[in-house]
Amino acid sequence: MSATLHRLFLASLLRRRLATALSLFAIALGVALGLAVQLIHSAAIDEFGRGMRLIAGEADLQLVGARDGFDEAIYPVLAARAEVAEASPVLVIQARLPGREDALEIHGVDLFRLARVQPMLLPRAAAAADAADTRFAALQPDNIFLSDEARAHLSESQQLESGEFAAPALRGGELVLQSGVRSFALRVAGEVPAASASLAVMDIAGAQQHFDRIGVLSRIDLKLAAGVSAQMARQSLATLLPPGLSLRVPEAAASELSTLSRAYRVNLTMLAAIALLTGGFLVFSTQLLSVVRRRREFALLRALGMERRQLLRGLLAEGAAVGLAGGLLGVALGHGLAAAAFKFVGGDLGAGFFRGTQPQLQFDAMLVVGYLLLGIAAGVIGTWLPAREASRVAPARALKAGEGEYAGLPQVRGGWRPGVGLLVIAGLACILPPLNDIPIGGYGAVALTLAAAVLLLPTIARGVLPVLRRGRALSWRLAHARLSATPGQAVVAGAGVVASVALAAAMAIMVSSFRVSVDDWLAQVLPADLYVRASVSSGSGYLDGDALARIAAVPGVATVDTTRQVNLRISDEEPLFTVLARPVRGNWGLPLIAGSSERPARVNAADAAGEIDADLPPAWISEATADRRQIGVGDRLTLPLGGQLRHFIVAGIWRDYARQHGAALIESADYVALTGDQRINDAAISLAPGSDAATVAAALRADFGAEHLSIALPGEIRALSLQIFDRTFLITYLMEAVTVMIGLFGIATTFAALATTREGEFGMLRHLGFTRADIGRLIAIEGALTASLGVIAGLLAGAAIAWILIEIVNRQSFHWSMDLAVPWGALALFASSLIVLAALVARLAGARAMQRSAALAVKADW
Amino acid sequence: MMDTRKDAQQRGFCNASAVIGRRCAALLWAALLAVLVPAPLLAADVAPAQASYPPVLAGKALSFPHDLGAHPDYRTEWWYITGWLHDAAGEERGFQLTFFRVRTLIGEDNPSRFAPSQLILAHAAVADPATGRLRHAERAARAYPELAEAATGTTQVGVGGWSLRTDGGAPDSDRAPYRTHIDAQDFAFDLVFEPGRAPLLNGREGFSQKAPDPINASYYYSRPQLRTAGTLRLDGERFAVKGHAWLDHEWSSEILPAAASGWDWIGINLHDGGSLMLFQMRDAEGRAMWAAGTLGDKAGKARKFAADEVRFEPLRHWTSPRTGVRYPVEWRLHLADGRTLQLRPLLDDQELDSRSSTGAVYWEGAVRLFEAQADGGEREIGQGYLEMTGYAERLNM
Repeated sequence: MSATLHRLFLASLLRRRLATALSLFAIALGVALGLAVQLIHSAAIDEFGRGMRLIAGEADLQLVGARDGFDEAIYPVLAARAEVAEASPVLVIQARLPGREDALEIHGVDLFRLARVQPMLLPRAAAAADAADTRFAALQPDNIFLSDEARAHLSESQQLESGEFAAPALRGGELVLQSGVRSFALRVAGEVPAASASLAVMDIAGAQQHFDRIGVLSRIDLKLAAGVSAQMARQSLATLLPPGLSLRVPEAAASELSTLSRAYRVNLTMLAAIALLTGGFLVFSTQLLSVVRRRREFALLRALGMERRQLLRGLLAEGAAVGLAGGLLGVALGHGLAAAAFKFVGGDLGAGFFRGTQPQLQFDAMLVVGYLLLGIAAGVIGTWLPAREASRVAPARALKAGEGEYAGLPQVRGGWRPGVGLLVIAGLACILPPLNDIPIGGYGAVALTLAAAVLLLPTIARGVLPVLRRGRALSWRLAHARLSATPGQAVVAGAGVVASVALAAAMAIMVSSFRVSVDDWLAQVLPADLYVRASVSSGSGYLDGDALARIAAVPGVATVDTTRQVNLRISDEEPLFTVLARPVRGNWGLPLIAGSSERPARVNAADAAGEIDADLPPAWISEATADRRQIGVGDRLTLPLGGQLRHFIVAGIWRDYARQHGAALIESADYVALTGDQRINDAAISLAPGSDAATVAAALRADFGAEHLSIALPGEIRALSLQIFDRTFLITYLMEAVTVMIGLFGIATTFAALATTREGEFGMLRHLGFTRADIGRLIAIEGALTASLGVIAGLLAGAAIAWILIEIVNRQSFHWSMDLAVPWGALALFASSLIVLAALVARLAGARAMQRSAALAVKADW
Repeated sequence: MMDTRKDAQQRGFCNASAVIGRRCAALLWAALLAVLVPAPLLAADVAPAQASYPPVLAGKALSFPHDLGAHPDYRTEWWYITGWLHDAAGEERGFQLTFFRVRTLIGEDNPSRFAPSQLILAHAAVADPATGRLRHAERAARAYPELAEAATGTTQVGVGGWSLRTDGGAPDSDRAPYRTHIDAQDFAFDLVFEPGRAPLLNGREGFSQKAPDPINASYYYSRPQLRTAGTLRLDGERFAVKGHAWLDHEWSSEILPAAASGWDWIGINLHDGGSLMLFQMRDAEGRAMWAAGTLGDKAGKARKFAADEVRFEPLRHWTSPRTGVRYPVEWRLHLADGRTLQLRPLLDDQELDSRSSTGAVYWEGAVRLFEAQADGGEREIGQGYLEMTGYAERLNM
C-alpha cells in the first residue's frame, strides 16, 4: 500500500503545490499562534514560580494579605504557636529609585529567622575596613545587600522613556532610594549569594524605619513543626487570622497569578483555535476540489480493484500529511514567535500580568506533540467529507465522459433551515453563565454564528444574486449566471471569506468600541489639569499631609484632591481587590453607570445578619465587583480594612477598565478614619484660572526635586494609556491579519482548482471570440462576486459576533461594559479592498487555465 | 585544607570575641553573623568599649531581687546553669543551659519592635554517658515582645520557646525557685531549681576582675547547690530526674583582655554543701595571665582566691575525633590553702562542635572533683562543670 499511497495520493499534493502550500501554511499559523500563547504563558508562570520558590525557600505556608502589608500584631501570635517551628517575617518594599523608572525589590528580613526558612536570602557581608561594622553588618539599618543581578542592573545607567539617560542608582558603594518624597542612601554592605533574581535584602527593622512602615509586614513565611501538615496548620491557624489575611502554600502564588491571567489567555487561545479552524476549512476546500478533479482517476482505480477503504485511507493520508507538515512548520514558527515575544514584549503577552519576569523559552515535548496532533486533526477532518464522498461514488458513473465537473461539490439543498437552527442555538448559548470566569457560552455562540453564516451563504447568494442581474457587460452576465447556477462554488470559495471577514469585522467593531469607551472613560476619570504621583501604588514613594500642603502652596494651584490606592486580599478566591480612597467629586471623575454620587436613598436589607445600618459609609463599586459579588446599589459591601471587616452601602456602580478583578471607591475621610493610613498615591490638581500647567509643574519639580515626582498632564496619561491599550491588542491585530490572509488563500485555491477544471469551458469561450483578457475579466468578476457574497455574510456575522464579544465574552471574562462604536469607514474600506483583492487573486489563480491554446483546451475535454 | 582558613577565622572570632564573655557559646549566634564575615575581627574586639556601655566598677553594691533581672545597658549578660541529674535507675547525666543577652547599640532610636538593639541567645546541652557525646541545641533572636525577652527586676528570660524564670509565690524574694523549659529536637527538659540560700557574690562583693587591668571585669554572682528536680527527655524517652545544679549570673561591658586566647572555668557543688568556682585566663602561649576563685561553705560564707592563689595543671589530654582539637580533660588544681584537687570528666567527649551551624568549637562538660587523701588514695568531694575554650585554634589539619 505504501508505494501506491505515495504515488497516487501524496504525490498529488506535490502536483498542486500552491494549494498544498497554502493549506499547510494556514494550519501552521493556527498551530504556531496557539502554541506560542501556551509557551509564553507556561514560561512566564515557570519563571514566576521559580522566583516565588527562591523567595519562599523552605516555607511550608505563607501568610499574605493586602499588598501594602498588614499589622505585625499577628506575628508573635503565629510565631508562638506549637504548629509553627519557625516564623520568618518579611517586609517587601518596591523601592523607587529617584530619577529612574525601575524599582528595586527589597526584602526586609529578620536574619535570625531567615536561616531555617529562606536560606537563599541569607546575606553575606563584604570585608569592611572598619571591622566593627562587619560583625553586625546584616543588622545595621543603613546596610543593604544586593544579589548579583540587582548589582549589575543598578550599576548601569538607564534609558528613560523620554530618551534621556538616568545615572546608575549604585554609585561609590551607596544606593540612593526614595521613601515618600525624599531620597536617602543605604550602604551596600555585601551580597545575597544564593539569590538568582534581582533583589536586595536588608534588616527588617531598618526597612520599617527607612520606608516608614513601622509595625507593618508584607508576609510571614512559616516552617511547620515536624508532623504538622500544611492542611492541618491552615485549619488550626485560620481562626487566629484577622480579616484580609490568609495562609497559603507558596506554590499557590503561581496558580493565583495563573488564575488572574486566565481570561486573557483563554481569549488568545480561542483566537488561535479560530485560525486553526480556518486552516482546517482551507484543507477542506482544496481537498474538495482536488477530489472533484480526480474523480475519474479514482473511478478508474476503483475499477482496477482498489477497495473503497483504501481510497478513503489514501485521501485521509493526504490530509494528514498536509496537517503534519503544517503542524511541524507551526511548531517551529510558534517557538520563534514565543522567542520573539520574550525579546520584544516580555513574558506577559502584552497584558502586564507578569511584568518584570524574564522567562526562558522551554521546549515542552507534550505540548509540541499535542499541537502537532491538532495540526494533523485539522488536515484529516478537513479531508474527511470530500474523501468519503469520493469513496462512495460508483466507478461506472464517474467514468462516463462528460459527467459534470461539479458533481461532488456540496449540493445545496433546503438551505436556510440548518443555518437558522444554529443561530437559534447560538442565541441560547449566550444565556449560559461563565464557567470559572470563562465565557464558554459566548465562545460557543461565536463558533455557531460562524458556522451558521457559512451554511447560510447559498441562501444569501440566492437572495442577493437576482438583485445584481442587471449587468451590462457580457462577462458580468456570464459570471453572474455561473454563480447563480452553482451556489456550491460560492460556498466553497466564499466560506473562507465569510469566516475571515466575520472575525475581522467582529474584532474591528469590538476593539473600536473598546477603544472609544476607554478614551471616553479616561476623559471622565481624569478631569483635572495636572496629576502628581510619587510612585506606583505599591511603591515606596508616596505623598503625605506635609507634601500636600506644599503642593497646595504652589502658586497657580487652585484645588488638590488625592487618591490612595490599596490592593486587598479578600479571600483565596479573590486574591486581588483594589480600594480607592478619594473624593467622589472634584478633580477625579467617576464614570457612573448606576446610582449616584450621593448616598442611596433606598437601602436593601439584604444582609443575612439583619438590618443594614443606615449610617454605614457609602462605597462606589466597579462593574467587576458588582458582577462577581452579585450586588447593586443599596446593598451592603464588606471589606477587610485595617485588620477588621468594615461595612459600606453601595451608592453607585462605575465603569473601570483598569482593574478587572474588582475595585471599590470610598471617601478619603472614611478610609483614614477606618485605617489610620494617611498615605497618598496621587494628587489631582486643578489650576487657578490663567495659570499655566507647565509653570506649575516646573514649580512642583523645583520644590520636591524632579527625581521624586512624576507629573503628568491628563493628555499625556491618556496618550500613554491608549498606547498601552494598542499594545495589548497588538496580538489581536496580528490574528486579524492572519484570518484575512487565510480568507484570501481560500479564494485563491478555489479559483486555481476551478480554473483547471474549467479549461474546456474557457477554450470554448475563446472559440466563441473571447480574448484572454475577456476570460481574465470573467474570472476576476466571478472572484469579486463570490467575495462580495462572502463579505456580506461575513459582515452580518461579524456584527453578531461583535455583539457577543462585547456583551457576553468581555462582560463575563473581564466584567466590563462598553459602548458600541462601529468603525464604518474602516469596515467599508476593508470590505471593498477585500473584494478587489479577491478579484485580483482569482484572476492570478486562473491565469494558468488561460495559458493553454484554445484548441488544445477544448480537445483535452472531449 | 580549603576549610582551614575559614575555620581558623571563625575560631579566631570565637576566641577573640570573648568580649561577649566567658562562655564561648555566647558567640554562637554572634558567629552566625560571623559566617557572613570573612575577616578576623580581632580589631573590633579589642576596640575600647563605646561610651554608651556603662563601665563595670568595683564598689557598686548588688541588690536582690533587682539584680536577678536583666541589665540591658550593659553589653553582655548571661544566666548559666550547669548540673548533674540522676534518674530512678541511678543513671547520671550532666546538663547545661545558658541564656544570653547582648546589647548591640544598633537601632536604639528605631521605634520598630524589630529594632535589633538587644539580642537574646540560648544554648542547652545534655551529657549522656550512654550516648558518649553531647546533645546540644541553640536558639537566637532579636528581642521582641513575647517572643524573645530578658525582663528587668527578676529572672525572666526566654527565646524561641525556651525559658528560664523565677517561680513561686514570692517573686521578690531572692530565695524564689527557678524554673526552666528547654525543648530541642533530640532532647528536652523541664526543671525546677531551689536555691535554699542567698546569692553568693564572686570577686569583690560581686565585682569580678578578669585580667590584670580592672577594666576587664564583670558583675558576677553564683547560686550553687540548687536542689533540682523535673523531667528529662532523650529522643522519645522520658525520665523523672533529681540532682543538683549551679547558676551563674554575670553582666559586663568589657570582659576579656586583648591578649587572652581562652579560659578554663569550673563550678563545683561540694558534697559537704559548699561550692568551688575557679577560672584562669590564658594568653596566646597558653600561660595563665589571670585567675581567681570563690570557695563557699555550707552556710554561704566565702573565701576568695586571688590571681596568685590558684594554679591549673593539665594532666591528661583527649583529642576530638571530629575536629582534631586536643583538650586537657583532666586537671590538677593547686589552691593557696594548700589543698590539691583533681578534676575528671563524666565522659571525655563533651566537645561542642557546631561547625555545621555556627563554627564554634569548645569543651563544656560534667566533671567530678577529687581530693588527695593522707593515705595516698583519693576521695570524690564534688560534682560540677568544666568549660574550656580557645583550644580549637591550634587545630592543624
